[in-house]
Order: sequence, then C-alpha cells, then structure tokens
Amino acid sequence: MAEAAAARESGWRRALANRRVVAGAAVLLLMLAAAVLAPLLAPFDPLDQDLVNSFLPPAWAASGDPQHLFGTDNLGRDILARLIYGSRTALIVAIAAALGAGVLGTALGLLAGFYGRWVDSAVSRMVDVWMAFPAVLLSIVLVAVIGAGLHAVIIAIVVIDWTRFCRVVRAETLVQRRQDYVASAQTIGLSRWRTLIREILPNVVPLLIVLFTLEMGIAIIVEAILSFVGLSVSSDAPTWGGMIQAGRQYVNQAPWLMILPMLCVIAAVLALNALGDGLRKALDPLMRR
Amino acid sequence: MSALLDIRGLRLGIGSRKRITPILRGIDLAVAPGEVHGLVGESGAGKTMVGKVVLGIQPARAIVTGGSVAFAGRDITHLRERARRSLMATGIALIPQDPMTSLNPAFTVGAQIVDVIRLHLGLDRKAARERALALLADVHIRAPARVIVQYPHELSGGMRQRILIAIAFSCRPKLIIADEPTTALDVTVQRQVLRLIRDLQRDAGTAILFITHDLGVVAKLCETVTVLHAGRVLERGPVAEVIERPRHAYTQALMKATPRYDRPGETLTPVPPELTAALLAEAAAYDAGQAGAGNA
Repeated sequence: MAEAAAARESGWRRALANRRVVAGAAVLLLMLAAAVLAPLLAPFDPLDQDLVNSFLPPAWAASGDPQHLFGTDNLGRDILARLIYGSRTALIVAIAAALGAGVLGTALGLLAGFYGRWVDSAVSRMVDVWMAFPAVLLSIVLVAVIGAGLHAVIIAIVVIDWTRFCRVVRAETLVQRRQDYVASAQTIGLSRWRTLIREILPNVVPLLIVLFTLEMGIAIIVEAILSFVGLSVSSDAPTWGGMIQAGRQYVNQAPWLMILPMLCVIAAVLALNALGDGLRKALDPLMRR
Repeated sequence: MSALLDIRGLRLGIGSRKRITPILRGIDLAVAPGEVHGLVGESGAGKTMVGKVVLGIQPARAIVTGGSVAFAGRDITHLRERARRSLMATGIALIPQDPMTSLNPAFTVGAQIVDVIRLHLGLDRKAARERALALLADVHIRAPARVIVQYPHELSGGMRQRILIAIAFSCRPKLIIADEPTTALDVTVQRQVLRLIRDLQRDAGTAILFITHDLGVVAKLCETVTVLHAGRVLERGPVAEVIERPRHAYTQALMKATPRYDRPGETLTPVPPELTAALLAEAAAYDAGQAGAGNA
C-alpha cells in the first residue's frame, strides 16, 4: 500500500523538486494572495485621488513618503494599492481566459484527433485559417466589436487562443488513439464516446496542465496590451496595462509610474512560464514512459 | 456439433475503393465450444487480422470484401457498434499481444478491472472490488490487495499480462482471442503464462482462438490447428495429426524450422524461398481469379 501511494505521488514530488516549479508557484501564490486579499493588503483605496501629493517617488527615494511605499501617480493615487488591485484584474482574466480557451480547444482537439476523417479536416482547416490572423490585431478588432470591458477581453482571448490547445490536444489524441489500450477498451465493450472521455482524456491531462499555465501568462500580456490601447476595463479602474499607458506620458518626470507595473507583468509571465516548463519536465515522463 | 465461432470464406483487403490490397483470401475456420484452436502463420500471414475482424477492431481502412463470421450461430460480420458492445467481454474477449501498452497508464489496475465487471455484470462498487481481488488471486498474483491500487507502469510485463488475462476471463466469455499473448514476455515467464491460460480455460470451459507463430506452443496448448500463409488456409486438423504427419509442404517446412525438445540435435532449416515464392504465386493466382469473378 505504502509503496503504491509513494509511487503515485512521485510525479508531484518530482515537480516540487524542480526549482522552476517552486519559484513559479511561489510568485503565482503571491499574486493570488494579493488578488484575494486586496482590500486588506492595500494601504489606500486605489481610486482615491490626492492631488497635493501627486508624483511622490517611492519611499526609498530622497523625497519619498514612507506612507506611499511605491509613491503616487499623476493624480496622487497610491501605486502599491493600484498594483495590488491590478493583480485582481490580471488573474481574473488569466484564469477565465485560459479556462475558456482550454475547454473549447480541448473539446475540438479531442474530437478532431479521435474521430479523424471530415471532423479532423474541418477542425484543422479552421485552426489554420484562425492562425493566419495576427493575434493582437484580431483581439483589438474583437474587443472593439464586442465593446470594451473585462468580459470582452476574456472572450477575445478565448476566441483567439483556443487554437493553441486544439493543436496540441489533437496531436496527442492522435498518438493516444493508436495505443493498444484504446483497442483493448473497445474489446471490453466501452462505447467510443466513453473511450474518448474516460480512457484518452485522462492521458491528455498532464499536457493540459502545462498548456494552462503557459496560457495564463499569455492572457496576462494580452490583457496588458488591451488596457494599454484603452480597450480593457474602464480607464480609472486599476490594471497593469492601464498604469503602463498612463505612466508613459510622465516617463521622464516619474519613471516609476511605468516601471513598476511593467515589472509586475514581467514577473507574473516569467513565473507562469517557469511553472509551465517545470511541470512539463516533471509530468511528462510519468505518463509517457 | 455446431461451431461456436464459424468463419466462412472470409476475404478482407486494405485500401481505398480503387485499389484494395488483399490480406485475407477466403479463410475458413471453426472453433467448437470449449476448444483451444491454434492459428499459426508467419509474420504478415493475416492471423492477427482474423482476430481483429472477430472482435470488430480491424483498422478503418480494412474492408471485408466477402465471407462471413458467425458467433454462436449469429452472423457478426457487419454488426453495428451497439450490438457488438453487448457481445464484447461477455461473449468474446481479448488477451492482447503487448501487455506493456494494453493497459491504460492513467488508471490503477483495480479501476480497470472493476470498470469491466461493473459495465457487464452490473455489480456495485464493493462487490466488483471483491470480484476483482478474486480474479487477481485466480491469475496467481500474490498480493492482490496491493496490486489492485498500483498503476500499470509499476508492474512487470508478466504481471501486466496476468492482469490482462484476468480482465479477459472476468465476464466469463465463451470465446477468447489470444493474440500472441506470450510474444512480448521473457521465456521464463512465457511458460507460466501459458500454463495459467490453459488452467483457466479448463476451469471455465472457454474456447480460445490462440494466435501464434510458435508451433511448439500450439503442440502443448491446442487441440486443433489452422495453418495460415499469405491470407490462405493451407492445412487444418487435430494438432497431433498436423504436427506428426503434416500434409502440406509448408507445414512440413515450418516443422523443420521449429526446435523440438523431443528431438534434440536435429538441424533446423528455414522455410525454402522457392516454397514461399510458389505459395505467393498461388495467392496471386487466387487474387486474379477473384478479380475475374468480380468482373464477370
């Protein structure tokens, strides 16, 4: 019993032994904590303006105010508070968009890979056509059509990035479908649908975990881009992209307005990529032997 | 006595509508209830394809172009998926060739046995688990309670093959297709697995279509045998007769190429290429005849 349990956990244990996974997960957890506990953690209301104290530099600078750790922006709003609330937007978009793209792409990829023939042709051609569009342009057009807002950003990312999941899942399903265990499942009388969902899908899950973390990183960047061009949530709501855009005008006067949110985006994306890469290394050989 | 499995004039080809490469050229084969029937032939003879057609898992591009397969008096050549599903496991089961890849790597061994039992015998989870443990004991797995929670990759090839045997026998099928069940195993394990299959077969009275290229295994295990070459039946009959007094030149050549414990020191000679060429020419002539008949 003990041996079996140990072996079952070995995949996750290997994942935890990987430094990239640990570092990535740590940053992600920090972000998650900031997003969930934002009202408790933020020292000020992110929307409170204080024009007397605008352009305060970070606390460690010569004229910094220890009350505003990362300083204030052009309207005197506390930057730390805005960064913390910004992580909420970033995470909501990252999780919702990756989930949506994952579900849509995985469903189509499984069907294409398993049923083959015209289903595969139809899905594959659709993916090809989809990928011929420049992603950023398409997302800007989409959001412009749907109308700016958080839901629009999420929909735009799902509509564009499902192909990422679809291609990988289709290829993996093709591989799995030819495995003997699938033929065996048929000889014990499982239906084709049940074979796909119960036998093949679980063998694709390790890949999905990896893709999901990578997609979260991509979603954060796309959200920042869309905020930057003013197509995300309303302009006064704190988002990292919006802060970068607003700070751009004062980059000579107060560079921290732009640098700090940029660092947040970079850290988040790096962490998610490291996590994804590390998980891939740890989970792949276990399932694939 | 009516045959349990009755294959008549089965023809099958692979390819598209325009060009079909023949694989099976009019196979006749009958397995009586409770009989162990050997299906022997070299690589590419089509013996595995016969098993696949019976199970209905032939590749999509393989087309049955003639003949019929009947199981328990019922034609199952072109059975629809739903009807075939109810026949699987309880009627016909498979012991696959490669134990390393035939179990799903994502689930424990127990889950995979319990699934089959519950699907076909309608037992509840607890009863199915009890049955699975009993089955593992039947296939001589020493610590069933431990093995049942293990994943396939934690087990040796021999262990996995035993589990696949347990799955095959789990729903008391009338017929088991054993597709070279020992080929992927160590020689030492092969004997144990063969003995296990024979013992279980005797206890349950299951008929087995035993697909192999090893005449030695056939001699030990089977009652009747069919010799296949290039998709044609060359010889068939009771094992003792076919092995002791092979009538067809190919069977004789095959015997000379098989090492025998009862005649040590005998020189082995491979099947002469002239014979193979002659047989392939006969097969081609058969195809030409078929094509002629089709056009007429």
